[in-house]
Amino acid sequence: MNKVVASADEAIRDVGDGSVIMLGGFGLCGIPENLIRALVRKGSKNLTTISNNAGVDGFGVGLLLSAGQLRRHIGTYVGENKLLESMVLTGKIQLDLVPQGTFSERIRAGGAGIPAFFTPTGVGTIVAEGKETREFDGRIYVMERALTADFAFVKAWKGDRMGNLVYRKTARNFNPIMATAAKVTIAEVEHLVEAGELDGDLVHTPSVYVKRIFQGEMFEKRIEKRTVRKSVVGP
Amino acid sequence: MNKPGKDIEKRERIVNRIARELRDGFYVNLGIGMPTLVANHVPPGMEVVLQSENGMLGIGPYPAEGEEDCDLINAGKETVSEMAGTSYFSSADSFAMIRGAHVDLSVLGAMEVDESGSLANWMIPGKMVKGMGGAMDLVAGARRVVVAMEHTTREGAPKILKKCTLPLTGVGVVDTIVTEMAYIRVTERGLVLEEVAPGLTAEDVQRATEARLVVSDGLRMMES
Repeated sequence: MNKVVASADEAIRDVGDGSVIMLGGFGLCGIPENLIRALVRKGSKNLTTISNNAGVDGFGVGLLLSAGQLRRHIGTYVGENKLLESMVLTGKIQLDLVPQGTFSERIRAGGAGIPAFFTPTGVGTIVAEGKETREFDGRIYVMERALTADFAFVKAWKGDRMGNLVYRKTARNFNPIMATAAKVTIAEVEHLVEAGELDGDLVHTPSVYVKRIFQGEMFEKRIEKRTVRKSVVGP
Repeated sequence: MNKPGKDIEKRERIVNRIARELRDGFYVNLGIGMPTLVANHVPPGMEVVLQSENGMLGIGPYPAEGEEDCDLINAGKETVSEMAGTSYFSSADSFAMIRGAHVDLSVLGAMEVDESGSLANWMIPGKMVKGMGGAMDLVAGARRVVVAMEHTTREGAPKILKKCTLPLTGVGVVDTIVTEMAYIRVTERGLVLEEVAPGLTAEDVQRATEARLVVSDGLRMMES
């Protein structure tokens, strides 16, 4: 079994116009930056992106925005993106904001064969408007539906040619759940290794979820807010 | 117009007071901004584990210069370091531990809080919506929710209201409100004023508060 493809461009060869794509990452940490750049080169249009944030102006998902490739974005926080703001205000893009725990559970459910679930998050707020609610043991819960996608673009630290993945520190975030929730999951890794080189006890994403894998051509791994000691937090 | 020095003083009083709510062995989530500063005031000898909703238990201080790691950030996207015993997990696991009431304390800011313990902190209609991030899940799931905020707006208008006017983050979720003026508990009897800042009276606090305050029989001075 060999899921290795030569490049990001080859990995996304069949991403057509109108595709729904999940992209891992929290802020700019753990984003599939090589796949994003390839998608800009390919120029697919009318895409729906499902990603916690929308990158920043000029990096990450922000590149897809400025290239005019997005029709709709589903996420939890988009505060770092001025371009998105103006596109929302002028009606050029549809923005769906979801509480982060609901967002992550909707994706987890999507990958786990659970069509919907009840959560206490957002009950009595605008995110629960129009949705079914139910009382369990004296508390009200709102029903939320699973999220799935045509493609998931994930980024891992290490991966083997079978598609087993290991993430590093907080770059894990949404990547493992998104890897489970799409028809085609594509992983870009910093280090591509042979099958058997990863300790099976320490694999985060088992190979079954991953369809294509490649070693990223270039990792800029930009830091969004560089904070160092001498500053406010810490002993 | 407030002077910056005055703002720092207010924040110090608020975060100092909240730090006294910490207990040994607590798992705590600190929101972005002022709540993050509570980390600087953990009493010596007390072990508190900070949860970051982007998938980490055991946030340490900011890294030394040159040791920043782009794979290691907090929920405010700032570079951080790890403590001994740190663990990492997915966002789904992170919110399962939040929603599942495994986090002892959530400290977060608010634009408005009301006497039923509802709060608003994510959206002002007519302005750009940035998103709620993890706030709605934190207030719905944490075992205890403490709001850290300045008592009034910059213009002096009350932020502790009879009823929130902004879109809500959660309904009836706040346990305690800590401001530079007061320490207030949300109870079934309404908002109970437990402590007032040095130099202030209960009447002073009530004048800066739209909601009616029930003055505790054991009203104390707020330690800072």
